[in-house]
Amino acid sequence: MPATVIRIRDLRFRWANDAGFCLDIPLFEAQAGERIFLHGPSGSGKSTLLGLLGGVLVPERGSLHLLDRELTQLRPAARDRFRANHIGFIFQQFNLIPYLSLVDNVLLSCRFSARRLARATAAGNSPAAEAHRLLTRLDLDPSLHGRQVTRLSVGQQQRVAAARALIGQPEIVIADEPTSALDAERQGAFLALLRDECERSGSTLLFVSHDRRLAAGFDRELSLSAPGAGAPSEVTQ
Amino acid sequence: MKWLLMLAVRSAWNRRLTLGMTLVAVALSVTLLLGVERVRHEARSSFALSVSGTDLVVGARTSAVQLMLYAVFRLGEASNNIRWQSYLAVAENPAVAWAIPLSLGDSHHGLPVLGTTAAYFEHFRYGDGQPLAFAAGAPFSGLFDAVLGAEVAERLSYSLGDRIVISHGMGDVGLAEHDDKPFTVVGILARTGTPVDRTLHVSLEAINAIHLDWAGGAPLPGLSIPPEHVRKFDLRPKEITAALVGLKNRAAVFRVQRQINNYPDEPLLAVLPGVALDQLWQMVGLAERTLLAVSAMVVVVGLAGLVAVILASLGERRRELAILRSVGARPGELFLLLSAEALFVTVLGALLGVALLALLTALLAPLVQAHFGLSLQAQWVSADELRLLAAVVAAGLLASLAPGYSAYRLSLADGLTPRL
Ligand SMILES: Nc1ncnc2c1ncn2[C@@H]1O[C@H](COP(=O)(O)OP(=O)(O)O)[C@@H](O)[C@H]1O
Ligand SMILES: [Mg+2]
Repeated sequence: MPATVIRIRDLRFRWANDAGFCLDIPLFEAQAGERIFLHGPSGSGKSTLLGLLGGVLVPERGSLHLLDRELTQLRPAARDRFRANHIGFIFQQFNLIPYLSLVDNVLLSCRFSARRLARATAAGNSPAAEAHRLLTRLDLDPSLHGRQVTRLSVGQQQRVAAARALIGQPEIVIADEPTSALDAERQGAFLALLRDECERSGSTLLFVSHDRRLAAGFDRELSLSAPGAGAPSEVTQ
Repeated sequence: MKWLLMLAVRSAWNRRLTLGMTLVAVALSVTLLLGVERVRHEARSSFALSVSGTDLVVGARTSAVQLMLYAVFRLGEASNNIRWQSYLAVAENPAVAWAIPLSLGDSHHGLPVLGTTAAYFEHFRYGDGQPLAFAAGAPFSGLFDAVLGAEVAERLSYSLGDRIVISHGMGDVGLAEHDDKPFTVVGILARTGTPVDRTLHVSLEAINAIHLDWAGGAPLPGLSIPPEHVRKFDLRPKEITAALVGLKNRAAVFRVQRQINNYPDEPLLAVLPGVALDQLWQMVGLAERTLLAVSAMVVVVGLAGLVAVILASLGERRRELAILRSVGARPGELFLLLSAEALFVTVLGALLGVALLALLTALLAPLVQAHFGLSLQAQWVSADELRLLAAVVAAGLLASLAPGYSAYRLSLADGLTPRL
């Protein structure tokens, strides 16, 4: 695994019909296993940046280097495959597919990626067993595993989403304000769990939030200021 | 791929109520479409099977179609009879192998009574040339003997030896009864699937005998001839309604037809059954096509409803699509997911429609048989129906592109974070 997992250079992105650039990032790097807190006010382009990293959006110019791939040079289908193989996502809310069980929601990540399926079962577990293991590690009691996801609390739902992001040990885990729907107590606990699990699987964690109070415990904190303001600036090292 | 289809099924199941309603709509529209086609097809084939081996149908001058309708299908009434002399002239034509005289006009519980001769049981053919067979008994020999079609015996629960009374004229109620001269059931024919099944057969002489003391549709007042005395009268027929004619050599058919049509003593009409049937189908063809077109439109409406429901659900499912996208689904796969749903409902609706039609056919067949003499086969699907089904599924496939394309566009516009 290359030491630098994410390298963004001279990246500019503009939404169609918008006059100015939504993002303008001269340089951003993330090392393997790093846990980065990316902060920025609402509308500063955090989610847009994650869309670019996921290969769902394409920059107007610049380079997006993830692992050993230059995303901007991949075809759309190859970008989708790359995302499936190497990145786990957690979103703010409604992260789960309501008509699938907990386990099936977690296993979604393995459905589109043979690589993650292989890694999830490397220890000899069946995919479902691995999903159960992760869910349990994320403090979801086995008695809950058979429950309908819509009957879980928001905090429980987010932990299922985390299990889905983590299964098959993707190199990069991206969390987009995953705690904003949780109360303050749960936020801390969820963050700690997420960081621990990323460390355990060796994943680089990019955690995005508008709430700087959550930054404690991360290796690095970056700030993405108002639109067009440029690179994420280092806040602490 | 397989998993994606399973996902489509589970997603559809999650919205089973709304989709169920559209499924019912699609199924009903398919039932209607196939039902129209089936009745059309059955009507044609049962008409075509009703007569076989008859080269000419002869009657009073009227339209060819009308002659066929009353002489062969026992539908409607003859406007005019032909003289017995004319019949004899036709029957004695050297090119004619056999002739069956038919005398219609009376009924029994709404079913036609046919006066004829032994030639009927000998020469009449139906289907692909099958002769009439007796399930029980034998052809009539006595004056007041009757031979029943299979449907008559079954519906009215008659068996050999039963006494029956014939009504004067056609219709169901309010008819004068020939109750002074009851008939005895001496034979019951095997089922043919043709109008023969709904017919009571008696001799021409019997038809004459029951009308001896009648004039103008009512018994003559003060005159009553008891059955034991009718034999003293001349019972030879004076008129018949129509005749079926078989030729020694089919090649002569147009010549004989011309001869009959030019018969000098009385205006006669001879028609080729096949030609008359073609005319009939031409007449009803437009109505058939209109009916088929209307039911096709109903299917289109059903599919449009389906597409509308799926498109409406797409709004709520944007999160779901974004989640799938985030775990690596390609926009094309989301296209497939949504299209599969529409196609899935269409195919299920088509199958349900077929099943419903089979059920309806089974339930309604006796009714249709009783009222229209049409025997609906309790079959699954014919080749023509299969073509219609394929067209429905193809239309469903086409319609399914709409939600598929919407999902595709939406997933590209939304990326990972739909802006709700
Ligand atoms: N799909 C989109 N189409 C057009 N503009 C968008 C879209 N998504 C986001 N934007 C714009 O980009 C800017 C940044 O949005 P976003 O990345 O969601 O910010 P954040 O996640 O930091 O709140 C906003 O001004 C928003 O209006
Ligand atoms: Mg955001």
